[in-house]
Amino acid sequence: MNRSFSLGGLLRRPEAGALLGLVAVLIFFSIFGGTSFLKIAGMSSWLNVAATLGVIAIPVGLLMIAGELDISVGAMVPAGAMTVSIISGHLGLPIWLGIATTLGLGVLVGLINGLMVVRTVVPSLIVTLGSLFAVQGMVLGLSVFITKSTSVALKTEGLAKILLGDFVFGQLQVMVIWWLLATAAYVYFIHFSRFGNWVFAMGGDKVSARNAGIPTERLTVTLFVLSSTSAAFVGMCQAILYNSAQVAGGQSFIFNSIISVVVGGVLLTGGFGSVIGIFFGTITFAIVTQGIYYTDFDRNWSSLIIGVLLLLAVLMNNTFRRAALSYAPKHKGAK
Amino acid sequence: MAKPIVKLTNINKHFGPIDVLHDISLEVNAGEVLCLLGDNGAGKSTVIKTLAGVFKPSSGTIEMDGEIVEFTGPRDAANRGIATVHQFGGTFPLMSIGRSFFVGVEPTRKFGPFNIFDRKTANEIAVRAVREFGITRIDDGDRLVGGLSGGERQALAIARAVHLGARVLILDEPTAALGVKEAAHVLRIVLQARQRGLAVIFITHNVVHALTVGDHFAVLIRGAKAADFKKGEKSREEITDLMAGGEAMAELEAEIKSYSAGQTPQAN
Repeated sequence: MNRSFSLGGLLRRPEAGALLGLVAVLIFFSIFGGTSFLKIAGMSSWLNVAATLGVIAIPVGLLMIAGELDISVGAMVPAGAMTVSIISGHLGLPIWLGIATTLGLGVLVGLINGLMVVRTVVPSLIVTLGSLFAVQGMVLGLSVFITKSTSVALKTEGLAKILLGDFVFGQLQVMVIWWLLATAAYVYFIHFSRFGNWVFAMGGDKVSARNAGIPTERLTVTLFVLSSTSAAFVGMCQAILYNSAQVAGGQSFIFNSIISVVVGGVLLTGGFGSVIGIFFGTITFAIVTQGIYYTDFDRNWSSLIIGVLLLLAVLMNNTFRRAALSYAPKHKGAK
Repeated sequence: MAKPIVKLTNINKHFGPIDVLHDISLEVNAGEVLCLLGDNGAGKSTVIKTLAGVFKPSSGTIEMDGEIVEFTGPRDAANRGIATVHQFGGTFPLMSIGRSFFVGVEPTRKFGPFNIFDRKTANEIAVRAVREFGITRIDDGDRLVGGLSGGERQALAIARAVHLGARVLILDEPTAALGVKEAAHVLRIVLQARQRGLAVIFITHNVVHALTVGDHFAVLIRGAKAADFKKGEKSREEITDLMAGGEAMAELEAEIKSYSAGQTPQAN
């Protein structure tokens, strides 16, 4: 089938709403804030935010496509930061041990989340709400027990610093490169490999997917491991970047990742969405939170914009999805 | 005569202390439609789940082509050619026709070092397969399944099962949610599947639909087989009575009659 470019075809894609939202936000801030946030220095401010959020938002979005939610990422970010800081900072052990333990913790919590969801059939919102608090409590308790403090310094040098917590091209965090690599990998995984088809099938109808021979349980657990490990990774990189870690913080990642994912056109109940959409959604979110600094508005207004944006995006995405559902190609001539 | 494709002998199934199936024996041959009739809760679903490898029978045997088999799971049953199509087609409303057709068995092609989903092949095969069942309205594999009518979805699911090499097609109330015209369409597809030499197990509680396509009928009541007969051996009324538990239905009808007789004058 040789299909030429069509506007209708573009609008029926899951990322259509996200792209329009991004364009609208860009226009809005260009008018009110000038174009300085599109220059290199300005760009790095929102690209850094987008990258940090985006690494978490994509696996959270994939879980949503598969019909699950993971809000424990809010606890995994500080957990990752504290783990690497306590092991490699407070205890003075090698940084690679800290990194391995942090990622190991991410895998472990993801396994627990995934297995609990699969085995108990309790909604994943509740399961991960439980692990959110459990991990928070554990991190606070252990940190105070080991270090007698809620913040720990971490000094990193060499390859670990360059790879995980440094700046490239001046103001840009190395996380941006991780984010772009991760996005490319996820695009392949979700939209081009056959596993992606399984994720969509699972979100569309879990029982049918299982009957079709898809290992739904293993796939669910894998996705939970991905999201919590990604969150631990982000926390770890932040600790290495800022040379310190705090027990508090990280909660904002819960809502921010969900907003990015939903603005990006993922259906909250699963079965529909795209990685590129989440990518656009994350950038849109980051521009709104950072672009406000380039305008004359008080920055307190940014939450209002995000709230309105979220509602508009959902309405728009619903409209596009309905259009995609009812779409039938026009028949040429009589049949 | 050839051995039946599938034969159940004295299948019992209990969940803990609760007996669900009691000594069920059934058989179905290639090119034959077996209608499994029964009221809600009669055990129809348990029978088909046992056939599809979801449940293991507590006792009794399943034979395929005369050999005793034990399914290790749904995938094993599917590999042996048993396919189940559920009421809503078991398709995914927000996936494209091509993608949902190949869930679990996606065709891939090489793209550099990567294996990628072969959308073009998937769409072509899916559209061709469903058109062979007379659904000519479908010609674009990129359309979302949710945009199809209920009958078209059933056709898509049946075409999928046939394409993937099903020899036994289990249809779980395929016409229950459909209008009259759509149901007729699905019944025609059932007959086409039979003509291709598939063994079809058709679950329904619509006696008219069963009589239209069935060669062989089995009625389940409370987990036991209450009747087993061939086409033309029983009338529609007899079957309806059987399904509802016989006398109970006659009593109920008499009761309803007395109600309407008593109430009609008041209503006017």
